[in-house]
Amino acid sequence: MSAVTVIARRELASYFATPVAYVFFVIFLVLAGAFAFQMGGLFERNQADLKPFFDFHPWLYLFLVPAVAMRLWAEERNSGSIELLLTLPVTQNQAVLGKFLAAWAFVGIALALTFPLWITVNYLGDPDNGVIFASYIGSLLMAGGFLAIGSAVSAATRSQVIAFIITVVICFGLLLAGHPMVLGAAKLFLPQWLVDGVASLSFITHFASISKGVIDLRDLLFFGLLIAFFLYATSVVIDLKKAD
Amino acid sequence: MIEIKNLTKRYGDLLAVDAVSFSVAPGEVLGFLGPNGAGKSTTMKMIAGFLTPSAGSISVCGHDVESEPLAAKRCIGYLPEGAPVYGEMTPAGFLSFIADIRGLGGAQKDARIGQVIARLGLERVVEQPIETLSKGFKRRVGLAQAILHDPKVLVLDEPTDGLDPNQKHEVRTLIQGMAKDKIVIVSTHILEEVQAVCTRAIIIADGRIVADATPDELEARSRFHQAVTLRSTDLDAVKGFLMGVNGVAEVSVDPVEKSVTAFPAKGQAIFVPISRLVQERGLPVTEVMLERGRLDEVFRTITQTGARS
Repeated sequence: MSAVTVIARRELASYFATPVAYVFFVIFLVLAGAFAFQMGGLFERNQADLKPFFDFHPWLYLFLVPAVAMRLWAEERNSGSIELLLTLPVTQNQAVLGKFLAAWAFVGIALALTFPLWITVNYLGDPDNGVIFASYIGSLLMAGGFLAIGSAVSAATRSQVIAFIITVVICFGLLLAGHPMVLGAAKLFLPQWLVDGVASLSFITHFASISKGVIDLRDLLFFGLLIAFFLYATSVVIDLKKAD
Repeated sequence: MIEIKNLTKRYGDLLAVDAVSFSVAPGEVLGFLGPNGAGKSTTMKMIAGFLTPSAGSISVCGHDVESEPLAAKRCIGYLPEGAPVYGEMTPAGFLSFIADIRGLGGAQKDARIGQVIARLGLERVVEQPIETLSKGFKRRVGLAQAILHDPKVLVLDEPTDGLDPNQKHEVRTLIQGMAKDKIVIVSTHILEEVQAVCTRAIIIADGRIVADATPDELEARSRFHQAVTLRSTDLDAVKGFLMGVNGVAEVSVDPVEKSVTAFPAKGQAIFVPISRLVQERGLPVTEVMLERGRLDEVFRTITQTGARS
């Protein structure tokens, strides 16, 4: 078993050591359902697809994913166990990756638990299951992006609350980057190429294009690079803050 | 074998460890002493591979800590200050995690875990979450983790801090039991501990080594080394008597302890003449004691002059 797997397994098990994991699942499922049915009008639309369900995922993740990510390193630093972990024969990158993968798997489990919706629309009609599958992939990738950001922020502080708030703020910025309101304001005083740059950072734009069923390499690369960048940042921040 | 050369650590402008060099051979139990903030923990964290030195080198079992960190970490067992562990895990789960990450597998893993659980007396608590355990048990779990892979080098940062006397005794016995063929580095500010378990003591102040000697040698540096202390109801009489004894250079009275201490002139043995004269003259003395030297006094002298220089 590789060091990454061992660390990820321990980390994932620690999520389930307290009732918090189950509370999280319940909240996630209730909110996902409430958004899809109440606000998205899943039934009223009379269409057999999960678009209303997935459309709200960015906003659902905005608060729920930072809550998963906040403990990743802040708790480790607060209890001092970071010193134990990083003096075991593992590299720092293995530790960063292992903990991230555990958090990602945890959110993945929550996402997988929404499968009854998929079954429901198949029972009610004849949806494009390819699109739904792509949407799930896109949703998981987006969660990974949020988590990687949360991991880097969590490494910078001992306080989980601070980690949570800062992560939410950063993610909120990245969500809104593609919003017409933000882009309209940006156009007033930024050159067009910079506005395009801001727009291309938007989680929603990339997620929306994947959830149309088009798995474009650029969107995959966006999330892949985002995750890699912030995991690297996590490692750098850990190094910088070790002595504190 | 641990070799440390010119080890230096800076935090911004603060020089926490200043060009420290020493080496430790197997079989040695090295006590690391020093006031708070002297650089003990920083040095240990660098040996364990947690902090990166600003300058200098550390070699553990022939592996440079910076260029071959994994090989070095494999032969070290480390107990960080405060013995942090994953509180939500049980000792069984925690030790299993450590065994996996240290590459112990199959029968060997079960055997080693069984051995350390027995050695540290954790049988009763193996299935309880660690955060619900008493401080003593938590510390033992931390120690179990450090010795699980039977490391050649054991680095323990204040292993007995905050434990009750019985628990302290247990930890010391454990360290002595393991010391034979290993290198053990223990930091502490409990000086009696140095006498109890260490074969060598390094005193560090302001990031520099100010003394490196055996505990006995350190005691010999004390003003109290070979001094004689008498307990009595009539301090003045005893004081007057001691002043007249041959070889006594100085006498001091401790009214709180109700004792008088006679310090010998250089190279003079005064215990035998004093105890003989006390008997002959029938002085009101309840106790006559030969001082070995007081480590706390040596510690204060060394670290405070070290700080001033």
